[in-house]
Amino acid sequence: MKRQEIMTDTAAIQHDDRFRQMLAGLGSKSFVEGLLLPALGILVFLMVWQFSAQRINTSLGQFPGPAQVWEQAKGLGAEHAREREKEAAFYQRQEDRNAIKLAKDPQATIKWRKYTGKATFLDQIVTSLLTVAAGFLIANIIAIPLGIVCGLSAGVYKAMNPIIQIFKPVSPLAWLPLVTMVVSATYTSEDPLFDKSFVNSAITVALCCLWPTLINTTVGVAGIDKDLVNVSKVMALRPMVHVRKIVVPAAIPMIFTGLRLSLATGWMVLIAAEMLAQNPGLGKFVWDEFQNGSSNSLGRIMVAVLAIGLIGFMLDKLMLIVQKRASWDKSAVLR
Amino acid sequence: MSITYLDITDVGIEFDTNGSKFRALQHVNLKMTQGEFVSLIGHSGCGKSTVLNIVAGLHRATEGGVVLEGKEVTEPGPDRAVVFQNHSLMPWLTVYENVALAVNQVFRKTKSKAERKEWIEHNLKLVNMDHALDKLPGEISGGMKQRVGIARCLAMQPKVLLMDEPFGALDALTRAQLQDSLMGIQAELGNTVIMITHDVDEAVLLSDRIVMMTNGPAATIGEILKVDLPRPRDRLALAEDPAFVHLRQQVLEFLYAKHGHINVPAATSEKQSTGARTAPVLEAVADSDDDTPQAGGPSTAAA
Repeated sequence: MKRQEIMTDTAAIQHDDRFRQMLAGLGSKSFVEGLLLPALGILVFLMVWQFSAQRINTSLGQFPGPAQVWEQAKGLGAEHAREREKEAAFYQRQEDRNAIKLAKDPQATIKWRKYTGKATFLDQIVTSLLTVAAGFLIANIIAIPLGIVCGLSAGVYKAMNPIIQIFKPVSPLAWLPLVTMVVSATYTSEDPLFDKSFVNSAITVALCCLWPTLINTTVGVAGIDKDLVNVSKVMALRPMVHVRKIVVPAAIPMIFTGLRLSLATGWMVLIAAEMLAQNPGLGKFVWDEFQNGSSNSLGRIMVAVLAIGLIGFMLDKLMLIVQKRASWDKSAVLR
Repeated sequence: MSITYLDITDVGIEFDTNGSKFRALQHVNLKMTQGEFVSLIGHSGCGKSTVLNIVAGLHRATEGGVVLEGKEVTEPGPDRAVVFQNHSLMPWLTVYENVALAVNQVFRKTKSKAERKEWIEHNLKLVNMDHALDKLPGEISGGMKQRVGIARCLAMQPKVLLMDEPFGALDALTRAQLQDSLMGIQAELGNTVIMITHDVDEAVLLSDRIVMMTNGPAATIGEILKVDLPRPRDRLALAEDPAFVHLRQQVLEFLYAKHGHINVPAATSEKQSTGARTAPVLEAVADSDDDTPQAGGPSTAAA
């Protein structure tokens, strides 16, 4: 560490102190742990990746290293921008055409066609997010009330337990063919609000998200402090009021644990479900790229992999923020 | 002869634990007048909490019953509010909201919103917690939490205030402060109180009568001691008062001389319940004269 040797000037002495503080800060624990070590980890990973990628040659070309993946990412971004331009241009032309038609004859019937271009990478990300949100919602609308009932009544739990234990380990993907058949048979409308593939994927995700939330809710409700239950009895709270005001708030920390687990596994299952159900999301993107087999494919798949990972990470962080807000259990460490 | 307010008649309870029966209490008799402060004292495991829970309605007695102001006690209710040893405040509600939960439940139909708000604040002021209305239980000390617990119970305007070792988890100084607060509140409001305690000084200081229980299992009331000390009571003055010291000595004698040893509550099967008792765990001072008139309990076997 270089020491500044200006002694007399007070301004310089203050600068000296700040400089020393900055240098001290560089060696401080929070900086090292918070920034330096993770950055180091990422750097080492990138180097190992680049090194090993160069040594792997597949039938589709060399395994993509960080540089190629970055190129592909930029390419996908550019594709998205181009698609948006094309879409805007299409709608503009349609507007103009219709305006001319109306100008000639105000009574004319105008056609309004929807732009049917390719879904871009970003569109697919949005589709995936919507699908996982739908599946997550369906799962929790079922799992949370059911979990509360199971937690409150040991009898109901004992009755349901065999079913839960048997179906919990089943991969939701094994359900997918059955789900597809059922949805084909029952979801028959002329102009459906949701695509069948969307419904199939959402239901498959729901079947996966169901179990962690259900079990954690049950445990949370069953495990609330007995004293709180006694307080509720002394106050003679009616059953529904008891559930609403005592049971649910007391179980919220465990419920949120379940929700976080659910979302994490749901996101993982989504990608696979989309591949099989052909829902136009990230899963389909990966599958299409693989089937496509161009020289860019591996790179683009890698971009998808990283995107999936980053989005999963962000979803979890989002749940963590919500959990921290909602959870009153200050003693629990949330990370 | 004052009117009996709370009547505990020949109460006994037997728990069924995994097939074998465990008799916790038998032949417990106690009559209380309104405004009386009764302490329940005894060794651990003698069933004090069980008696309280039966009066609260949280347990049903297998024999005998409890009658409060002419009506039988069968279920828990706000007329027999309980202060638990662990404050039992809802951790997600503020101090104000915790008391409000009780008040809104009990006085939903009888008081207006403004009246309820005033009532909540009044009760919190009574326990000196009006400065911390918006704090969460995690942000206040143990003594404060217990005060809020007491305020919550008082706010329900119970006929009988039941306290299960309310100051047990607190340090000596806080305990002394809360005891003085409780005496002040009782003087002002005239509550009928049953308090379970381990602390002999606390029992003598606060109560009008001390109910001393024999050891479990099959515990019953051993002796009832009347505390005639004039109110208001000053702990510093009483420390040297011969009457206070004598009362204290009598309680200690009951607890340590007459019922010094603690019986291990083995789960006795039906066959054994009438037979010989299990051997005592600790070596005891020989107790030969502990058959008191009220107690219907069996005499403890000498070692």
